[in-house]
Amino acid sequence: MAKSNTPVRKARRALIGLAAIFVVLIGLNTAGALFAGWNWTPKLALDLEGGTEIRLAPVVEGDGEVSSEQLSQAVSIIRQRIDAAGVSESEITTEGGSNIVVSIPGQPDEQTLERIEASAKLDFRPVLLAGTPATSEVGAEGTTPTPDATPAPEPTDPSDLSQVTPALQTAYDNFDCASIDETVVPPADEPFLTCEVDSSAKYLLGPVEVTGENLSDATSGVVTTSTGASTGTWAVNLQFDGKGTEEFAAVTTRLTGLESPRNQFAVVVDNKVIIAPASNAVITDGRAQITGSFDQETSKSLADQLKYGALPISFTVQSSDTISATLGSEQLRSGLIAGAIGLLLVVVYSLFQYRTLGLVTVASLVVAAAITYLVITILSWREGYRLSLAGVAGLIVAIGITADSFIVYFERIRDELRDGRGLEGAVESGWKRALRTILASDTVNFLAAIVLFVVAIGNVRGFALTLGITTIIDIIVVTLFTHPVLQLLAKTRFFSEGHRASGLDPKALGAVYRGRAVFKAPTVVAGKTAASRGEAVRRQTIAERKAAESSGSTTTATLEPPATPSSDSTSSSTGSTSARKPSNSKKGKR
Amino acid sequence: MASFSEFGNALYTGARSINIVGRRRTWFIISAVAVLLSILIPVARGGFVFGIEFTGGSEYQISNLDNPDQSIATDAVTSVVPTAVPKVTTVSGDGIRVQTDQLGDDESTAVRQALADGYDVPVTDVTESFIGPSWGADITGQAIRGLIIFLAAAFVFMAIYFRTWKMSIAAMVALLHDLVITAGVYGIVGFEVTPAAVIGFLTILGYSLYDTVVVFDKIRENTRGGDASSARTFAESVNLAVNQTLVRSINTSVVAILPVAGILFIGAFVLGAGTLRDIALALFIGILVGTYSTIFVAAPLYSLLREREPAVQKETKRAIELREKSLS
Repeated sequence: MAKSNTPVRKARRALIGLAAIFVVLIGLNTAGALFAGWNWTPKLALDLEGGTEIRLAPVVEGDGEVSSEQLSQAVSIIRQRIDAAGVSESEITTEGGSNIVVSIPGQPDEQTLERIEASAKLDFRPVLLAGTPATSEVGAEGTTPTPDATPAPEPTDPSDLSQVTPALQTAYDNFDCASIDETVVPPADEPFLTCEVDSSAKYLLGPVEVTGENLSDATSGVVTTSTGASTGTWAVNLQFDGKGTEEFAAVTTRLTGLESPRNQFAVVVDNKVIIAPASNAVITDGRAQITGSFDQETSKSLADQLKYGALPISFTVQSSDTISATLGSEQLRSGLIAGAIGLLLVVVYSLFQYRTLGLVTVASLVVAAAITYLVITILSWREGYRLSLAGVAGLIVAIGITADSFIVYFERIRDELRDGRGLEGAVESGWKRALRTILASDTVNFLAAIVLFVVAIGNVRGFALTLGITTIIDIIVVTLFTHPVLQLLAKTRFFSEGHRASGLDPKALGAVYRGRAVFKAPTVVAGKTAASRGEAVRRQTIAERKAAESSGSTTTATLEPPATPSSDSTSSSTGSTSARKPSNSKKGKR
Repeated sequence: MASFSEFGNALYTGARSINIVGRRRTWFIISAVAVLLSILIPVARGGFVFGIEFTGGSEYQISNLDNPDQSIATDAVTSVVPTAVPKVTTVSGDGIRVQTDQLGDDESTAVRQALADGYDVPVTDVTESFIGPSWGADITGQAIRGLIIFLAAAFVFMAIYFRTWKMSIAAMVALLHDLVITAGVYGIVGFEVTPAAVIGFLTILGYSLYDTVVVFDKIRENTRGGDASSARTFAESVNLAVNQTLVRSINTSVVAILPVAGILFIGAFVLGAGTLRDIALALFIGILVGTYSTIFVAAPLYSLLREREPAVQKETKRAIELREKSLS
């Protein structure tokens, strides 16, 4: 008995390891629930919870490919638009390196949808009037020119105040920043009313003078003096292309020297002014520098806005899915019912096939399910994973694949018992062989999950993730639970004596039969063979045996009396060790 | 059950053997015919029926209706767009699903309102989806990319693990066999091919190879060779391995297919067309075909590939000679 302590100790250690995993997972979840506002249930995807999911593909004019930088910029553009629409709890993610998925609880109105789809557009316009919104008269103080009763039909230049008709003046005076519609592209050659992005100022702008396409780059950096010394001031540097350089030179030539606010030019993105600097010098080389109260962060953010705002990104809606909350919960319920039915059938079949051993399968599945639930909940709150219907399907499918590990293992143990091993020995050597197979086959499954997760998009990803998680959990459960439990069970009389209901009854597995066959001529086995179908098979088996006999190999030891068992008490099966059929001798346990 | 484990015993010892490898010609012909039919019948029927995700269009869904009368939906759609040919299906017993060609925003809103009026439910109960035609193509394009990467990775892994690329070849052939037949059955039954079905196909990849690896592991163990006294030819060793794992294969496929059958049942009879049903159908067929192909395609094919090797031929000759000597 002393020698068999090792498996028991190992088993205990493994079970403690499993308990540790549980403690860590539950601890994580508890900590999350206490401090980070987590829940004990995983977050659900829209198809289970209800809501709207819009899948957008950004389209960049010119080159078809969208770089990951452009994509993340596109995401922030969309985020701004949705936030501006006042939609709360929206989630914006990228998908497959090319799509943007916007998830909105409930159903967005038409305007929000249009706003999301609109193309980003960056323009430079001269400022005609500027002021503080909502206090129009005061805001326009000192800068409001006397409205011309009869505006010149042809303004002399884009900064010409003659463009400000009385109607425009009135509109400007009463302008409310909330009324800006980002989705309507204003005519480029007409004056345009708008506000600063944060609604801190309103503007009446002249026609477009330089478009974003002619802005080739925007960077942020510290201003250096002509001698190269750093001034510690952050600035945004603009670089125009050939056409832009010409146009910008014309703008600065005209604006420099004009009175405020007409010496300002506004940079308009999504119909809103992101910045309106005053022109201090005529810039003819296409390299402009915007300074102001920037720090490293704000200058970089502005540069990014300029750089990517200049990209004519537009979005095409690939799919839009609205699922009502009732349909969502219905699908979740049906999915859970399907899972329960599947689980129940697996339990019944396991008990039928493996009797008491089937209970180990059931317990293992329960452990696997518990770990999976915890892992998915943690993932959902930490990484923003949301359980979708496809994910639920992945989990249900995983029941079968997880249970297969136990089947492979049990069948190996049975094989070892058939070879005449004692139960403890069968558990140990069966485990060694089964583990190899389980690891190899799970690797293939895991490989599939990884590839799908990396390559695929949308639903497939959720599915792949659950598949991958359950594959890992399968290995954890079979090593840290199923095997240790069997090691411990092998010590119990019920199992080691091979109770009929244990599922590991050597008699039922034919081991004892062969043990007794020791006293009979091998023809008994041959007779059994004769009963089987297939002439070729029959001949093969007989021939094989004869061949083995005539070759004089050690396998003819079949005819010897059973070797006395060394010490063990598992009497029922020990006698058969030496009585193995020749055909089996080849698979020796090496 | 007792007889089943006795069956397992007999298979294990070789007392009873199902000659699978020896009759490979039969299995290969069956598989070839099945593959051929899986290609020809869907083609003859005019290709696959692609779901709205592939063709693009608008979809509306209303659940929990008192009177799920399909004509109300048809009328509602045609009242807005007279030219439209809406496809109306009943889902979940008391729900309605309407699919139309892609509608404009205004039309879509109007149809939704018309449906809500027709069934006397609030507009918010009408689920609306719009799918651009490129969405399904996108997901499929990615799936095919994934398929190729996965096949390459699995090929390398198996070649390293089993130390022979011939097992990889046999497994891949069986895998393609599974995919073609599963897709074929999809086409023959006339079920719509949806992204969910594509997910199902992709899962079959994993499952089919998974199943093959388990059996191949036993084959590798049995054919490790080096036992000069063995009177078993290579093919017979492979056959024994298949027989020895037969009970496992049956148990595993039953256990794997039970939950899938659960989803299929719920999906098909309770939920109606949708993600669950589409995944489950692909899996249901895939698991059955996958189990079959491991036993009847992959193993015999592997045997066929290896038998031509000089070393294996030598061993086979020796085994046969040994046997003939003992018979005489």
